[in-house]
Amino acid sequence: MSEAIRVEGIVKEFPVGDTRIRVLHGIDVDVNSGELTYLVGESGSGKTTLISIIAGILYPTAGRVSVFGTDIYDLSDNQLVRFRLQTIGFIFQQYNLIPTLTAAENAAVPLVAAGMRRAEAVDRGRALLERLNIGDQAEKLPRQLSGGQQQRVAIARALVHEPRLVVCDEPTAALDAKSGRRVMDLLREVALASERAVIIVTHDNRIFDLADRILQMEDGRITRDGKQMPEGH
Amino acid sequence: MGWIAIRMLTGDRVKFIGLLFGVAFSTLLITQQLTIFVNLLLRGAAPVNEVSTADIWVMDPSGRTTDVTLALPSTALERVRGVPGVLWAAPLIRSGATVRTPEGDLEPVSVIGVDDATLIGLPRRMVEGSRDALAEPDAVFIDDVGSRKLFEQGGAVGTRLELNDQRAVIRGIVDADPSFTSTVILYTRYSNALNYLPGTRNRLSFVLARSAPGQDAKAVATRIERETGLRARTKPEFARDGIDYIIENTGIPINFGITVALGFIVGVAIVGLTFSLFIRDNIKQFGALKAIGVNNNEIRLMVAAQAGLVGLIGYGVGLAMAVAFVFVGAATGDAFKGFYMPWEIPVIAAVVVLVMILLTGLIALRSVLRTEPAEVFR
Ligand SMILES: Nc1ncnc2c1ncn2[C@@H]1O[C@H](COP(=O)(O)OP(=O)(O)O)[C@@H](O)[C@H]1O
Ligand SMILES: [Mg+2]
Repeated sequence: MSEAIRVEGIVKEFPVGDTRIRVLHGIDVDVNSGELTYLVGESGSGKTTLISIIAGILYPTAGRVSVFGTDIYDLSDNQLVRFRLQTIGFIFQQYNLIPTLTAAENAAVPLVAAGMRRAEAVDRGRALLERLNIGDQAEKLPRQLSGGQQQRVAIARALVHEPRLVVCDEPTAALDAKSGRRVMDLLREVALASERAVIIVTHDNRIFDLADRILQMEDGRITRDGKQMPEGH
Repeated sequence: MGWIAIRMLTGDRVKFIGLLFGVAFSTLLITQQLTIFVNLLLRGAAPVNEVSTADIWVMDPSGRTTDVTLALPSTALERVRGVPGVLWAAPLIRSGATVRTPEGDLEPVSVIGVDDATLIGLPRRMVEGSRDALAEPDAVFIDDVGSRKLFEQGGAVGTRLELNDQRAVIRGIVDADPSFTSTVILYTRYSNALNYLPGTRNRLSFVLARSAPGQDAKAVATRIERETGLRARTKPEFARDGIDYIIENTGIPINFGITVALGFIVGVAIVGLTFSLFIRDNIKQFGALKAIGVNNNEIRLMVAAQAGLVGLIGYGVGLAMAVAFVFVGAATGDAFKGFYMPWEIPVIAAVVVLVMILLTGLIALRSVLRTEPAEVFR
């Protein structure tokens, strides 16, 4: 277990009308590899904003983010895009699969984006779907799959290029309790390794017990850091 | 990423077909209408171009086209022959008349009287009969389109007509390029034509002339004008006059222009709306691609590949349909006899499609590029 991500003094303001509202108030936190880290908190507390900044898709107003030693906001735009492609896997709540590609093809997208030949990329996507127990669905289109199956395709897409950091925003929000737990088990099984970090944003208390570490946010600040959720959750 | 872009598009059958339809429709409408337009205009030049050997047309100073001129005194022929640089000159009569068919129907016709000895002014290709037959008494030749118009069941040759109440016998059918007015044409000898056309003193319509070898036709025409006081036009000039007359005196350019513009506007509307719908449906996916690590240049290439595919296939389909239309039309219908598609027309259509695709592609691209990758977490 070692430090994977260092967040220092992150401030984020959004322009609203003529003024600016401050959503993150100077966040300092480290995230370790080899751990499943949850980011929890009330809706509007700033979880999505923080994870977007950590994942390099939203520029902070102030502060630094270092991901496996790279100060990502010191990179040029194109370098940052490249860095995300190589280092970060994304799992979205809406899955955002491409509706006209098969499951295996969807899973292969990051490899294709990195320049791999189509056939090889799709083969790897298919192999990963097998590890996620939906190998038999590999040639189906997203709309032919259930929500849980689509989320597993999205997980395959997030992991196929073996990124060192995986970020998920509300990965289980659209799933029933059983599928939700199944997806989290799979994530732990496939994504987690000693040199990799997984950050999951959620307010789904049905899965809180699966975390190695829980960071709680309130009003743009991290107010609790521990193994368990406090009483009442 | 190219194949992913293409699959995004082609997998969405309804929109893909809608896009192809839009481009194909525009291409078809534009090429087909421009082809008809150009060929109709060219028909204004047909009576001039048909007379292959003459390179100068001489007429009354007020003459404008083969159909719009005043008759000349018969002395004009000799005067033109006397101008230095003129190799030969031949008379030509063009005049309107009326025939009564054996069934008793009246039909307006053009009577063309060609030089008795040389038959200059008679189209070269015969569909039926021989050129010699024009020497027979009361002989007329009919143009092929006209023969089918008057004699739907065939059997034109040998038929007697009353031409301005005088006897005429069809002795042959000539392969003539249809003129703009597309009236039935009856060819006859000059001396015969004088009998058919009621007797004013001046009945000579044109003097056809040929410049001597080594002489510039334009220079000879200028000399003819100076020495005779008549109007002399070179063949290309007079052909162009026929086209200009149609442009200036009919609503054709405006009508076809409107249709072509509509083809463009409707195409842009269909393609633009469908393409932005397609992009809107996929905006989340584009956002996800950007988050995952596809840079803006690759996004541009993806949208370009999508738009380019639509443009290419749609244009191909539309052009193929237009070519088939022209081909079949020219082969089967007298209305389109001799029609062809000048190469400039597909080029113009290609440019129009390119503009259409660039326009819609760039508008669509703007919304894709504006999408922040962070929006995928919203
Ligand atoms: N692009 C934005 N413009 C303005 N306000 C925003 C924007 N994104 C987020 N916010 C605001 O920031 C706050 C935190 O949002 P978010 O990070 O989405 O919270 P959470 O994910 O915990 O629900 C909310 O009040 C939200 O309205
Ligand atoms: Mg959120």
